[in-house]
Amino acid sequence: MSERTITGEAFYQYLGEQKLMGSRCQSCGTLHLPPRPLCPACYSGDVDWEELGGRGKLVAFTTVHIAPTAMIEAGYGRKNPYCTGIVQLDEGPAISAQIVGVDPAKPEQIDIGMPVQVAFVQRGEGEGQRTYLAFERV
Amino acid sequence: MTKRKLGRGVAIVGAGMSGFGAFPGVSTRDLFVTAFQEMRASVDKGLDPGDIEALYIGNYSSDLFEGQGHTAPIMADWVGLTPRPATRVEDACASSGVALRQGIIAIASGLYDVVLVGGIEKMTDLPTERVTDTLATAGDAVYEIPPGFTFPGFYAAMATAYMARYGATPETFMRVGIKNHSNGALNDKAQFGATIRKIMAGKVARAKAKGYPVPTWSDEMEFLHDDRANPIIAWPMRLFDCSPISDGAAALLLVSEELARSFSNAPLYVIGSGQASDTGLHDRADLTTIRAARLAGQQAYDMAGLAPADIKVAEVHDCFTIAEIIATEDLGFFPAGEGCRAAEDGLTARTGPRPINSSGGLKSKGHPVGASGAGQVVEMWKQLRGTAGERQIPGNVDLGLTHNVGGTGQTCAVHIFERR
Repeated sequence: MSERTITGEAFYQYLGEQKLMGSRCQSCGTLHLPPRPLCPACYSGDVDWEELGGRGKLVAFTTVHIAPTAMIEAGYGRKNPYCTGIVQLDEGPAISAQIVGVDPAKPEQIDIGMPVQVAFVQRGEGEGQRTYLAFERV
Repeated sequence: MTKRKLGRGVAIVGAGMSGFGAFPGVSTRDLFVTAFQEMRASVDKGLDPGDIEALYIGNYSSDLFEGQGHTAPIMADWVGLTPRPATRVEDACASSGVALRQGIIAIASGLYDVVLVGGIEKMTDLPTERVTDTLATAGDAVYEIPPGFTFPGFYAAMATAYMARYGATPETFMRVGIKNHSNGALNDKAQFGATIRKIMAGKVARAKAKGYPVPTWSDEMEFLHDDRANPIIAWPMRLFDCSPISDGAAALLLVSEELARSFSNAPLYVIGSGQASDTGLHDRADLTTIRAARLAGQQAYDMAGLAPADIKVAEVHDCFTIAEIIATEDLGFFPAGEGCRAAEDGLTARTGPRPINSSGGLKSKGHPVGASGAGQVVEMWKQLRGTAGERQIPGNVDLGLTHNVGGTGQTCAVHIFERR
């Protein structure tokens, strides 16, 4: 469905186009997210992009108070924690993503198993601005 | 999987470490010299360093921590061992557990008879946020770090999955920290040589001396629930759930089995060794276990012909308190989901039926990441030879296990030792 080579860079380009893209092995049919140029299930290199529906459930999370430099630059930190987690998509695969639309100050109210849908968040300024993967509570 | 054996036996005949802690102005080479000298002094029948044939040095990221790459030949030089081959091994926080395995394999192959294994890290020169960034390079820089994961964050996420499945609470994790600080208080090499109660008393005394409001914690749990005294790092992991930022080095002397008695009166024979790798965290079917640890542990038990119940003492990779609970399950000491009860019931205390991290673990002893795996073996050296002093585990402690995890469990190395 696309001429783009399967790379991390292309995955982020798609996010910028509001698309969550995985890859499907054309040999054994396994769906992978993040996308992979080589199918680790059957070793076939015959893989192609496939867009995911963007619905899933939260399987693990944390609220980060001591943030890495990139998130501090985006305005997060001790006084403004953020939530990040792992989301399992309805199609099966799971991926790491920021979780938005929840209150990071009240982690007890964030439920494992809660349904989420894909969201696309912008971070960075000017040329450094980039779209990152996030999910929000449905 | 086929059960593997070493081509020939290998024994540890010397072990030493620097103190673990924050040592301004002291670099990895200086720490390594200290560890090397203590290792040399520990060899019962003496060591001529000229007999050492090769070095394997575990080091995670001196490149970013102290602006120094290519560390193995520097370590060889500083202990007078050039021109012997010196190889750096990097597998994140499992670097020196894997360096140990490389040293074992090198001797088992027949290529060398006497090998020096080391572990080094110097973390305290950088401010906390840059340490956080550097540790995060052990995660996936393309798919895990951009969404905001940090290392405390990864283990915190495992903790939420574990809590949801097995009913553990943040208090469960606090019990692990209290226990490991209690053990570390008996270890003069530990970064925090103090119980949580002693740390609390120190804070009260400082508040009084400075005329600040004096805290009124009634016990450790109240202290650990205090957001100011024990701030959240990545919920549910708080400061006292996290191993510290540390400097340190450790050194181990490995020889072929047939040479062991010519160096040592009580060698530690390496009877089990296992290692496995895994995907990033989000690709794993079960976030409440570290699959690589289960596999590495099983390989080591199979090689040794032992079961978990046979092990008398274990040092496990408690980079975070949740990690110790998961480790005790992955290694088969408790069934899945029971590690949290065991921690709550005190079964893993130094004087309990299943002593875990008698050294204080990474939590209290310190976690200079590339040195931690070799540091665990130093505790085996002391416990199995009956020289652990105040923290000596009673009885015939002749079988011990070390469990060293890299990253979120993308690497794990497990070793089993027998003192004969």
